[in-house]
Amino acid sequence: MRTELTRREFLRSGAVGGAGLVIAFYLPAKAEPKSRGTKPSFQPNAWLQIDPEDNVTIWVGKSEMGQGVRTSLPMIVAEELDADWTRVRIEPALADTQKYGNQLTGGSTSVRTSWERLRKAGAQARAMLIAAAAQNWGVAPDSCRTENGSVIHELSGRRARYGSLAEAAAKLPVPEKPPLKNPRDFRIIGQSLPRLDIPEKVDGSAGFGIDVRVPGMLFGVVARCPVFGGKVARFDATRAKAVKGVRAVAPISSGVAVIADSTWAAMEGRKALDVTWNEGPHAALTSAEISRRFARLAAGPAAVAREEGDAEAALKRAARKLEAVYEVPYLAHATMEPMNATAYVRPGSCEVWAPTQFPSMAQQVAGKIAGLPPEKVTVHITLLGGGFGRRAEADYVADAVETSKAVGAPVQVLWTREDDMQHDVYRPASYHVLRAGLDADGRLIAWTHRVVAPSIGGQRGEKLEGGLDTSAVDGAADLPYAIPNLRVDYVMANTAVPTGYWRSVYASQTAFANECFLDEIAAAAGKDPVELRRALLNKAPHHKAVLELVAEKSGWGQALPAGRFRGLAVHGSFHSCVAEVAEVSLAKDGTPQVHRVVCAIDCGLPVNPAGVASQMQSGIVYGLSAALRGKITIDKGRVQQSNFDDYQVLRFNEMPQVEVHIVPSSEAPTGTGEPGLPPIAPAVANAVSAARGQRVRKLPILA
Amino acid sequence: MSFSLTINGKSYTVDAHPDTPLLWVLRDYLNLTGTKYGCGQGLCGSCTVHLDGESARSCQTSVAAVGGRKVTTIEGLAATLGHRVQQAWIAEQVPQCGYCQSGQIMEAAALLAKHAKPTPQQVGEAMSGLICRCGSYQAIRLAIARAAAGGAQ
Repeated sequence: MRTELTRREFLRSGAVGGAGLVIAFYLPAKAEPKSRGTKPSFQPNAWLQIDPEDNVTIWVGKSEMGQGVRTSLPMIVAEELDADWTRVRIEPALADTQKYGNQLTGGSTSVRTSWERLRKAGAQARAMLIAAAAQNWGVAPDSCRTENGSVIHELSGRRARYGSLAEAAAKLPVPEKPPLKNPRDFRIIGQSLPRLDIPEKVDGSAGFGIDVRVPGMLFGVVARCPVFGGKVARFDATRAKAVKGVRAVAPISSGVAVIADSTWAAMEGRKALDVTWNEGPHAALTSAEISRRFARLAAGPAAVAREEGDAEAALKRAARKLEAVYEVPYLAHATMEPMNATAYVRPGSCEVWAPTQFPSMAQQVAGKIAGLPPEKVTVHITLLGGGFGRRAEADYVADAVETSKAVGAPVQVLWTREDDMQHDVYRPASYHVLRAGLDADGRLIAWTHRVVAPSIGGQRGEKLEGGLDTSAVDGAADLPYAIPNLRVDYVMANTAVPTGYWRSVYASQTAFANECFLDEIAAAAGKDPVELRRALLNKAPHHKAVLELVAEKSGWGQALPAGRFRGLAVHGSFHSCVAEVAEVSLAKDGTPQVHRVVCAIDCGLPVNPAGVASQMQSGIVYGLSAALRGKITIDKGRVQQSNFDDYQVLRFNEMPQVEVHIVPSSEAPTGTGEPGLPPIAPAVANAVSAARGQRVRKLPILA
Repeated sequence: MSFSLTINGKSYTVDAHPDTPLLWVLRDYLNLTGTKYGCGQGLCGSCTVHLDGESARSCQTSVAAVGGRKVTTIEGLAATLGHRVQQAWIAEQVPQCGYCQSGQIMEAAALLAKHAKPTPQQVGEAMSGLICRCGSYQAIRLAIARAAAGGAQ
């Protein structure tokens, strides 16, 4: 291996200022905001601050990736604070688990798990502001009330803006159990308020990870072995370094980093790099082989995830038996902003700017590389240009930190679209065997579902009791339908293809299998798909509610224009329930066209109903891309797709009309980021099956 | 090589290889980071800018090919018809993650400059060259209709 420019040589050559290169300084994450005045601000907890000028700052501990947390989470704080919403501004929190708790943004948990904590944070401040005003006025606190950023004492007609009380409130003890509002009195929660992050997203000023600019920074890309599990055998940096603007070439764990004055120069340098790969043991792997293996494993032993009654005996005595195999492929995340991070490692310090869903993981990974405890690593969380689970990883953070450490300068490492698509952690492919038994009256008396799929946890070395990955049977084992004899089991089928969390995780596979098979059962029993499900959901009121709402709003049972067909699916995930009806026709060449999707969701109390509707739109579009065309295939141990020409996603002219209906609820909020996705593939597949007169059992539909 | 560029009404001189895509000149040389990299192949439209008012993919336009054409990026759009488009985008609450939106807005603004009242077909043709992964297409359709109708109200 050729030696690279050493750190010392590099520093001598000058870290900043290539020919014609202008460096401006853009630091997207600001430090703690300071009050403009001289009087102290009031900050009763980690989440909010009120300054004497009446500005309310709310820290958002979760990552904004399009789901609207920089609006919905502040709404919860502001509600209990009874703040004047027009005075609220937000600050993204730094990575700090001690201060903000678990900052992992995933699993549709942000609103659900922040709900109580943020209500309490706002209520603490409100109670203290009331106490400060009451003390000031010499009246009883319970004779005061709050409204829109002021404390009011009706009897005397006195009122004070929160800002004027900040100094006094700051001196009071923080109550451990402040009174919470009665949800009847909510005036912010439940409103479709405009998102706070939209203005910066229409004028180009929004700061994503890729937009981070720090003084003296360089730009890098990494050459990675195209084969999973492969390594660098040797490389020669001579030609790469001859490319104008290339500053250094450095081996890092994921491959060979090429560092330059600009991203383009780094990419040109990478093209010129001579590198020989040791492709490792998986260089012959193909998708066909993986499919055959799944089929083989399906016939072997399995770990039982749920068993009720005796499914085998019931199948034996059933008047009618059905069996079907459903298959789905590996999928890439393909966030619009490809993976990237910026890091600056100096002796004794490490600063990272990352579009991450998992800030504490970024701290851990960076700390390990920099030789620092995680809490000594400063992680600025930028806006995320899409997450979908991909950014819960830290591989792109490691690239930046290792590269910065190697060259001793701040470096932004960008994955090209091709890198992003070919070195993802993929939604696992899976193979599902389903069997059902109907009695002589057409009643569903038996159901079995065998899930054969790689285990995301298992592939990462997690210990799984008895070979059962309970996550891999999510959506299968918790089937909501009342069936007296039921068995769901799992066969772990790990491969060399790295797998990860992809929006809705395993529900994206299991909902497809469940809901398509249920339509097959309905057809066999001569029952309407809505009626069949309704009869089986008596003990699942949330599922039943969305089913009934979607049936009503979609006009289920009413005539459609000639050539149009409906398909239905219901699925509960991440504590919410969603039902969707898709209307589909076939073009002259047989290509399905999705015209309309009606969606009903029960997610408890919707904090921002417009936000919930956007999340449903988003889950539907993301899931529709996958259902129609999404497919990552493997040949010679490498991913065959590389960009949006061969990994096609839904485009504007294919977008159906989407209508979202929210079941009214006063229960605590549940997830919305993921639950909209699982029903779309089976809803569309059921409609296409009806149109074609032939079942769709394999995704993507347009294979 | 040295190139003179007019971007958002300002003059810039950059020293770059002639093949350098305008995208990277904007982002890495001039710190105009509103224009985004998405695919590098002209497939996703995130890098869309205007050259003399026409929409162009800056990842497919070399700095040498810009010539004397005036470049407008998202940062400079508000000075033109773009303001109305941006206001419509806010009114319809279009962005989710927002990463593709610079390109979407630039494409829509170029479309509306050419066709003040575009037909659904024209909208479909123009906007289908861009990709959003979050699900903003329906809101984009509404925002374009709103901008075409004359404003954000």
